Amino acid sequence: MHPALSVILFTTASGAGYGVLFWLGLLAPLGLLPVAAGFGVTASLLGLALVTVGLMSSMLHLGHPERAWRGVSQWRTSWLSREAVAALIAYVPAVLFPLLWLLGGTAGPLGFVAAAMAAVTVVCTGMIYASLKPIRQWHNPYVLPIYLLAALFSGGACLAGVATFWHAGPLLADASVVAAALTLAAKLAYWRSIDRGAGDRGTGDRGTGDAGAGRRGAGARTPADATGLGKLGTVRSLDPPNTEENYLLREMGYRIARKHAARLRVIAVLLGFIAPIVLLAFIPPIAAIAALLGLLVERWLFFAEATHTITLYYGRTA
Amino acid sequence: MTAIPPPGGKKLGLVIDLDTCVGCHACAVNCKEWNTSGHSAPLPDFDAYQANPQGVWFNRVHSYEAGEGADSRTVYFPRSCLHCEEPACVTVCPTGASYKRAEDGIVLVNPDTCIGCKLCSWACPYGAREFDEDAGVMKKCTLCIDRIYNTNIPEEDRVPACVSTCPAQARHFGDLGDPASAVSRLVAERGGYDLMPELGYKPVNKYLPPRERPRHREPAEPAIESVANPFLRWIDRALSR
Repeated sequence: MHPALSVILFTTASGAGYGVLFWLGLLAPLGLLPVAAGFGVTASLLGLALVTVGLMSSMLHLGHPERAWRGVSQWRTSWLSREAVAALIAYVPAVLFPLLWLLGGTAGPLGFVAAAMAAVTVVCTGMIYASLKPIRQWHNPYVLPIYLLAALFSGGACLAGVATFWHAGPLLADASVVAAALTLAAKLAYWRSIDRGAGDRGTGDRGTGDAGAGRRGAGARTPADATGLGKLGTVRSLDPPNTEENYLLREMGYRIARKHAARLRVIAVLLGFIAPIVLLAFIPPIAAIAALLGLLVERWLFFAEATHTITLYYGRTA
Repeated sequence: MTAIPPPGGKKLGLVIDLDTCVGCHACAVNCKEWNTSGHSAPLPDFDAYQANPQGVWFNRVHSYEAGEGADSRTVYFPRSCLHCEEPACVTVCPTGASYKRAEDGIVLVNPDTCIGCKLCSWACPYGAREFDEDAGVMKKCTLCIDRIYNTNIPEEDRVPACVSTCPAQARHFGDLGDPASAVSRLVAERGGYDLMPELGYKPVNKYLPPRERPRHREPAEPAIESVANPFLRWIDRALSR
C-alpha cells in the first residue's frame, strides 16, 4: 500500500495525542500527576495539538476536504465514520476536563470520560485497517492491539516528557516503559505473523494449484488464487492490461525491497522502542521524540509492507 | 446510507466466459468510450498523448499463461466491478456516497457526496474502483445504468457497452437472481465461479472457466514416408496418430 505521508502523520500524531489525553484523564483525577496549573495547561494543549494536527493531516488525504463533514453520517457501518464521530465527541471531555480541573471543580469523572473516549477513538482508527480483508498484513489480529499499545506508549512518553519539567515522580515513565515493551513484543509477533509463508515479494508467481503449503487459511496469495485458474496449473501474468502505471498500482501496488524493509524494521525497533525504554528514566522529553520518530518509521512500514489482492491480478504474490 | 439493502430478487450482473474471450480489449475500449460521456463522466486521461498515458478505466483485460509446457494455455481475463452482494466498498464509505441499489443490486458512487478518501478502493479486493484525480472522487463501473434502462435506444442495445461490443460473445448480461434466466442457466451448465469467494464478498458477476481439453501427448513413431504404396502409406499414417 502506498505510504501516504498525510495518513502516516495522522495515525502517529493522533495516536500519541489520544495517548496523552488518556493518561491525563486517568491519572490526574487519581492525584498521580503534578497538580500545577502550568502542567495541566501544557499537557492538555499538547494532547489536543497532536490530535488536531493528526486530524487536519488526514483531511489533506481527501479529494474533497470541504465535504469532510459528511463523514460523520455512516457510523452504523463504517469504521472511518465511527472514528470521525468518536474524534469529535472526544474533544468535549478533553477540553472541559482540564478547564474544570484548573478551576478546582470535581473533574474526576470527566477525566475518566476523556480517557475512555481517547481509547474508543484509537480503537476506531485501528479497526479501519484491521477490517480490510483484501490486505492480509492489515487484516491481522495484532493490528488493533498494536494501535492501542502504541498510543499508550507514545502518549505516555510525551506526557512523561512534559511532566519532567514539573518534577513528576517516575510513575508515567515506568508505565510508558511497560507499554513500550508490550508494543514491541506485539510488533515482533506481528512481523513474524506476516512473514509466515510469504514468498519472494514481487518476483512473480510462486504458486500453483498446490501452493497451499505454508499459507494455511491465509486467503489469496497468488495470481492462481485471485483468478480462480489454479486448476490449470501455475498462473503467470503474460501481459498487464495497461502499458503504464495506473491508480490501482500507484495506490495499492507500492513495493519495498526486502532488504530495505529489514533495515527499516531495525531502525524502527531501535529508535522507536529501545531508545525510549533506555531514555525514559533519564531524559523523558528526548525519549518521547525518539518514540514519535521511530513510530513514524513503523507506520511507514505498516503501509509499505502491506500487499493488496489487486496486485495478484498483475502477477505478483502477496 | 451505506448499509447494504435487504437482498432483493433482482441481481443484475455479468457472466464472463474465459474460454471464448480472445483478449481483444474491445469491451474495455467501448466501456471507456460510452462511460466517458455517461453516468460517471468523464473518465479522465492524464498525459494522453505523452510517453506515460494514464487514466480511469472501469474494465481492464489481463492475460495469463496457465499450466506448464505444451499443456499451458493463454487465458484472457477481463476484470471489472462484480457488483457484490456483500460489498465492503459500500459499508466502509463514511459518507454514504457509495451505495448498493435495492432494486437491482448495482453498486454506484454519488459524485456529489464522495469526499475522495479512497477507503472503498482499499476495501475492494478486485480493484474495481479507480480514483478520478481531476474530480477528486471515486469512479467505478455502473453496469451501464444509462444503457440498460435507456428507452431512447433500441431494445437490443439495452445491455452494458462491454457486452454489446464483444465480438466473441464472451460477455453475457442478465439477472443472476433469477435461476431461470439465460445467464443463471449458463453459470449452472458451465460451472461458473466466484472470484476469491473466501473473502465473503459474494460477487454477483460470474466467470466461466476455460473448457477442459485433452492433455497434450507426444506423437507416436513418425509415419514412414518412404512407403511407396499410397494405401499402405495412408494406413501407416493413420495408425501412427
